[in-house]
Amino acid sequence: MRARVAHAGAIHEATPLEAPGVIRLADGRVLEEEQVVWLPPFEAGTIIALGLNYADHAKELSFKAQDEPLVFLKGPGALLGHRGCTRRPADAAFMHYECELAVIIGRTARRVARAQAMQHVAGYCIANDYAVRDYLENWYRPNLRAKNRDGATVLGPWFVDAADVGDPGKLELRTFVNGTRTQQGNTRDLVFDIPFLIEYLSSFMTLQAGDVILTGTPEGVTNVMPGDEVICEIDGLGRLVNTIAADEVYGR
Amino acid sequence: MDGYSSMLPSAGFSSIGIDVAPFRLSGTVYGSLLNHRSALAALGDAVNGPPYKAPPRAPVLYIKPRNTLAAAGDPVRIPAGCPELESAACLGMVIGRTACRVRAADALDHVAGYLIVNDVSVPHASYYRPSIREKARDGFCPLGPSVTPRERIADPADIEMRTLIDGTLVQAASNRDLIRTPAQLLAEITDFMTLAPGDVLCLGAAAPAPRVRAGQTVTIEMSGLGRLSNPFIGEDA
Repeated sequence: MRARVAHAGAIHEATPLEAPGVIRLADGRVLEEEQVVWLPPFEAGTIIALGLNYADHAKELSFKAQDEPLVFLKGPGALLGHRGCTRRPADAAFMHYECELAVIIGRTARRVARAQAMQHVAGYCIANDYAVRDYLENWYRPNLRAKNRDGATVLGPWFVDAADVGDPGKLELRTFVNGTRTQQGNTRDLVFDIPFLIEYLSSFMTLQAGDVILTGTPEGVTNVMPGDEVICEIDGLGRLVNTIAADEVYGR
Repeated sequence: MDGYSSMLPSAGFSSIGIDVAPFRLSGTVYGSLLNHRSALAALGDAVNGPPYKAPPRAPVLYIKPRNTLAAAGDPVRIPAGCPELESAACLGMVIGRTACRVRAADALDHVAGYLIVNDVSVPHASYYRPSIREKARDGFCPLGPSVTPRERIADPADIEMRTLIDGTLVQAASNRDLIRTPAQLLAEITDFMTLAPGDVLCLGAAAPAPRVRAGQTVTIEMSGLGRLSNPFIGEDA
């Protein structure tokens, strides 16, 4: 379990200590988690995301389950670390979080069969992939203006080695908005599970170390407003904190 | 050689050259669908019918990820069971400095240079869902042959382009028919997503895109940018 943080003029690898909220930098400094700037915990390559990959969430959005995964891609500018702020445009009526299990590829995967797929996974982290529903259009939906906004894909806090996660197909996900639980699900309910996704994607595109797959979100998405604190949790991966910021913060 | 050669970010490409900022590519290429008048016109009234229900308002963007990048001369592999591919010529703008909330008036100051992009796709009739399986396949984004510095291109909205298959002209198009000019496109996109140095933004291709079969070679020529040639071969050739 390790993080990338900025502190006192440099970027460091950090590991958790037993006391909650306390971390140790690789050089030995022990710090409170508020004393560092948290970056996405690995250098991401291609960012692949799944839509409608939990049956309950698809139903919530009035979509019927599909026979092929709904895949979309994101650019690196969307990424944000733990304890960061995500902008909510003032003209939006509905912006929601999405707690997701992120799967990080560790070894080149090209035409990998399901049975070997998990050998290509380096580890996992939590993702909170925001969407602004007002900007959805029916062209290459979900379009980039709705789903690829600066700082609207939060990753972290930790990169957790696959060996330390146990069965990634049985992890509970939870989201809390200002302390109230609004979203809950379990990766056992993925429509397309991780081995399937690696087999499917690697059948037409070579996955490389650092590529990441955001596996989709269960039901329970709600609108968030400036000032709201959104915390996504996944069993064994920690808790990922984000705060919603208003346009004014960005001089708009 | 017309401009500076640019090294692509991943190993395995045949291009060599000076790998220095701002001409080094980041590996992320953004495309603009339906930004050429002919492309939108080809859809006709279908833009108002299901599943689209309305013409696009914001730029329709997609991403060609790093596995798609290929250099001049690299073969494009046609997947088994796919009789032909689409080969869409478009001008790529290489971002030179961080472009965030730029104004159209000075948008082009953020561009380092330009290159030819051959945006290859498995033909697909619906633009409702992101066509990842059709557009993000290995080697489906040849680009080059080099980055031509911005100073050498008077106006990217005034580039003529020609596509030849085995030497025969199959399409001629012009950026004068773009719906959003390069500067407008940069301004609209960077309002919500920052482009970084080395990112490439493609401006949009004319329709219909030429179709290519295994054994053929596609050459795209653009005024002031040289020519980009790639052979197309069967996947298991």
